[in-house]
Amino acid sequence: MTLAERIIAAHSGQGEVYPGQFVYADVDFCLGNDITAPIAIKEFEEAGLEKVFDRNRIALVPDHFTPSKDIASAQQVKTLRDFARSHQLEYFFEIGSMGVEHALLPEMGLVLPGDLVIGADSHTCTYGALGAFAVGVGSTDLAACFATGKVWLKVPETIKFLFNGRLPKWSSGKDLILFVIGDIGVDGALYRVMEFTGPGISALPIDDRFAICNMAVEAGAKAGIIPPDKITEKYVKGRAKRGYIMYSSNGAASYCQTKEYDASKITPQVALPNLPSNVQPVETLARIGIDQVVIGSCTNGRITDLRVAAGLLKGKKVHPYVRLIVIPATQAIYLEAIKEGLIETFLKAGASVSTPTCGPCLGGHMGILAEGERCLATTNRNFPGRMGHPKSEVYLSSPAVAAASAITGRITHPAEVA
Amino acid sequence: MGRSWKFGNNISTDHIIAGKYLVTSDPKSLAIHCLEDTRPEFPKEVKAGDLVVAGENFGCGSSREHAPIALKGCGIKGIVASSFARIFFRNAINIGLPIFESREAVGDIQEGDEVEIDLGASKIINRTRGKNYGFEPFPKEILEIIEAGGLMQFVKKRMGK
Repeated sequence: MTLAERIIAAHSGQGEVYPGQFVYADVDFCLGNDITAPIAIKEFEEAGLEKVFDRNRIALVPDHFTPSKDIASAQQVKTLRDFARSHQLEYFFEIGSMGVEHALLPEMGLVLPGDLVIGADSHTCTYGALGAFAVGVGSTDLAACFATGKVWLKVPETIKFLFNGRLPKWSSGKDLILFVIGDIGVDGALYRVMEFTGPGISALPIDDRFAICNMAVEAGAKAGIIPPDKITEKYVKGRAKRGYIMYSSNGAASYCQTKEYDASKITPQVALPNLPSNVQPVETLARIGIDQVVIGSCTNGRITDLRVAAGLLKGKKVHPYVRLIVIPATQAIYLEAIKEGLIETFLKAGASVSTPTCGPCLGGHMGILAEGERCLATTNRNFPGRMGHPKSEVYLSSPAVAAASAITGRITHPAEVA
Repeated sequence: MGRSWKFGNNISTDHIIAGKYLVTSDPKSLAIHCLEDTRPEFPKEVKAGDLVVAGENFGCGSSREHAPIALKGCGIKGIVASSFARIFFRNAINIGLPIFESREAVGDIQEGDEVEIDLGASKIINRTRGKNYGFEPFPKEILEIIEAGGLMQFVKKRMGK
């Protein structure tokens, strides 16, 4: 069985599972946020359900419109807070401890290798970077899980993405996943698992792996997954709140497809409007001026991302026509960035630095675009109007390209300013 | 029977209901903004019983259940698409919004065609063109959820509530 199939089998009381089979799987951990959980809570309560399956296996993370941007969003957070208190949930995160959910939960050791995780957020697939089978679902699925601790799943087929060679300087996990989505399209892995493997993946730090699995959903995938190894174990050790199992695909694993790439040929990539698959190498782009740069999100708001960005911005200034917004994804990342002097670098360069929030990524708050404006973001989606006015544009890139472009005011290869 | 509203490929949940409106889950409040930037006349003119007919990967992007809720709030009776993004598919089934996969129907149905769905006969019937199309049958596990009236009803039944 593949890595994903082994995890599903272990969670559904089956010796073996096969693609297409339906299972009711046990969930190790589930989560919702200030947009999705209010509906889940309403469904749970309207169904007359009274007891959650396990108060230690549910996280409610109000990260999207927080610190609450208006009365309506404050009401939504209040719904989460009241539910968390009445069910004595262990993991409800107020601002001050809150972070962007898919950076926060791995950091807290709440999602672990071998876990089966569901989240009412499409980027739940991020945790595949730890060798978990983690799938995004909707609010009603979460409500059902609150009550039962289970989820219905159709066992997906797995596509193997094998990377030989190593990424060149200035390329990161973000460039690798943009390249893949550009190759296979926004439905290239629809309903399937993307298993990322090979020397090009093993060489990558955990933060790059999070960025890769995070965007599996942008190719339509049910999950992204990376076989856990020493780098995974080093990250998880000392954080894990529970036991964990590091599964791997076994000899008889069957893949519906294998795609092979040479990682050393993947240069910095940018997704142009209005699809994450509209990907071009930076060096082939004509001059594209920008109004705003956002560095942050569940894709690229981690410490490695901030280090790369600060490395390029040190001693330089943000272009006078550009607004640079930097959003560390969690409090711990923020504090580490302060200790390392990265925040000072950002401030001196003329950036605005924000408390953790998903904010601008989904056009929520903290950096909404006006008509005709163009933003380069390290986020994950660039559908029309994603970050504001329907006639604004979003380009997606790595933190290195974003930082370099903030300096020059146009989409720029990092080597040009380094 | 209802009028068909045609859309292209990769209609994302951002198209269906923009992030800025996710401060409520009220179906009527969401419905008035449903697909407004893609087709401004849609939320104004859509009528109860109408159908959405779309291309590949309908509902891609975010997991927001507000998207199927908004469409249901508009009175949309069903969605026929060449393919659905998987979270949207789950959400629609879970909240009891009927969805059907049929490339043949999508290829043939034109904007404004009067179309009805005969669930019992597993047919999409195009009254305007006098044609019928089949759709991908649901596996029995999904049919159980649909027949229960959505996931929460199904869960209640299973829990003996």
